Amino acid sequence: MKYALYTGCTAKESTPELLKSTLAVAKVLGIEIEILNEASCCGASHLQDFDEFLSLVLNARNICLAEKRGLKLVTLCNTCQLMLENTKQKLDSDEEVKAKVNEKLAEVGYKYTGESKIQHFLYAILEDVGLEEISKHVKKPLNLKVAPFYGCHIIRPSKTHDGANLNENPFKPNAIESLIKVLLGEPVDYAMKTKCCGFHVDLQNTPVSEKLTASALIDASESGAEMMVTPCPLCHLNLDVKQKAAAKEANKEFNMPVLHLPQLIGLAFGIEPKELGLHHHVTPVEV
Amino acid sequence: MKVTFKVYRYNPETDDKPHYEKYELELKDDGVLLDALNQIKWEIDGSLSYRRSCRHGICGSCAVKLNGKNVLACKTSIKEAVEMFGSTLIVEPLTKNKEKVIKDLVIDKKDFWDKNAKVKPYLIAEIDEHPESENLIKPALLELIEEADYCIACGCCYYTCESIRANKDFLGPQALAKTYRFTADVRDQAKKERLELVDKLGIGIWDCVKCQGCIEVCPKGVDPFTKITHLHNQVFEEGVAKRNVATKHAEGFVHSIKKHGILDEGMLVLYSEGANVVRHMPEAISMFMKGKIKLPWQMPKSEGLDEIQKLIEISQTHELKD
Ligand code: SF4
Ligand code: SF4
Ligand code: FES
Repeated sequence: MKYALYTGCTAKESTPELLKSTLAVAKVLGIEIEILNEASCCGASHLQDFDEFLSLVLNARNICLAEKRGLKLVTLCNTCQLMLENTKQKLDSDEEVKAKVNEKLAEVGYKYTGESKIQHFLYAILEDVGLEEISKHVKKPLNLKVAPFYGCHIIRPSKTHDGANLNENPFKPNAIESLIKVLLGEPVDYAMKTKCCGFHVDLQNTPVSEKLTASALIDASESGAEMMVTPCPLCHLNLDVKQKAAAKEANKEFNMPVLHLPQLIGLAFGIEPKELGLHHHVTPVEV
Repeated sequence: MKVTFKVYRYNPETDDKPHYEKYELELKDDGVLLDALNQIKWEIDGSLSYRRSCRHGICGSCAVKLNGKNVLACKTSIKEAVEMFGSTLIVEPLTKNKEKVIKDLVIDKKDFWDKNAKVKPYLIAEIDEHPESENLIKPALLELIEEADYCIACGCCYYTCESIRANKDFLGPQALAKTYRFTADVRDQAKKERLELVDKLGIGIWDCVKCQGCIEVCPKGVDPFTKITHLHNQVFEEGVAKRNVATKHAEGFVHSIKKHGILDEGMLVLYSEGANVVRHMPEAISMFMKGKIKLPWQMPKSEGLDEIQKLIEISQTHELKD
């Protein structure tokens, strides 16, 4: 099994531990990874605000990189996933737009065909490896109450994900819970698990962002969670790095470790915390 | 089909706090949620209050929350709801904010209607009072506004909006989609004025947290989020965009991608914030200590930078300010 990995910018910069832990887990699962180092930023749902067409062209090129290799395009970030899937959907459903985009791509030697599937690492391993196989690699049961935090762009809008997220019900998702269970942890159910962390207005409206982050942290801790886990590095940045600021905004105190999904899997696989990059977290993770 | 309903009940005049009432119903396979509410009211408990009128997904009055999802009761198949949520269906008002609940499933939507009114949801144009012919537009121009025109003002999107949850001033998805309905209409003469209103920080397009909730719940396929994106594009195209942290943030992506192919996260914040960047210092320091910040000389570049730069050069549809 081989994936073309679209790391996104965050895994190369402010969450290096995400890339590290993904590679470590992929190795255990026997997945070969080819990193798309020629890729560009997906625009993170902001480039499109300035220039929708440019965002389409750049993301079409990103998809072409996997198409050229004949591989599945796997992402590590909810927002990258949505940007790429949005692009795919637009090009696959509108011949005129596809032609316009391909006209630009031709100038640098690409042609978008629509052959590659785009999937977030979470759903890719659930689909290709499966829970049963994953459970076979568990060496150190989690034995912890873990609160899954989905983040918006991996479950909504469901029409865009078009099966790539295994038809997850956005109001009652189950993928992360099912993983936590096979890693022998206890998934915590709480209302905020499908809500927004506020990341995308952090600059222009910091209090809003912090309120949303705080409400997730409050709900998870009041529901008995010992740690949180998220498939999105942007949610991670808000929940981990901005935890103190969110606590101040909410007039509370938090000390909630927030893991990237591959880190949680890696811990249960018995991979060393250093290799999983746990030391990169601002809110300490003690294991 | 046997279905259990847990219905939110609250009469502020007599109850201290809300409670949930359970009803077991036998329903036809082709029934909708409104049939169930009617059955409860007509056969079991006449005191249950909810709104409904058209029964055809047109008036928007029957909107309620079903297992966390805002829906139109008259358009929601019980069979599909059970497939999605199991055989216990929880029915609640669009918001459980105690100040807004009038009784049971009926809420006061004043905040929603005020925002709808604020964007002047009608065509503004000098039109002859006694026209000799209709004011026609081309089909392609109609296509631009068609989706947004389907809005029935049910409020499903508004009461799911994550930005509204934390910012009461935000206009919200319905009012913004309505704004686009007119800014994209060639007959409307108030485009600039409308764009200026939604370009404001705090209330307008820049405060959408991009949670995609409005797309998920809209029963009429209006897709407010995408209309907000179109408004973003329009404020740049029409030269209305003010120079502020949000507009610079959007533009900053182009600068950064041009330079590195990927995002220079630190520089993007600096570019967007200007001198105000100092407020991020405590977090920046804690990130630096944990190896989460790349210094300028460590900043990675995409290996496809030449191609990316070329694509930006030939695909960008409007100019950057600086
Ligand atoms: S995408 Fe924006 S407008 Fe739509 S519900 Fe979320 S925050 Fe509100
Ligand atoms: S945009 Fe959709 S959900 Fe929102 S008020 Fe209009 S019809 Fe209802
Ligand atoms: S009763 Fe009119 S929309 Fe449901």
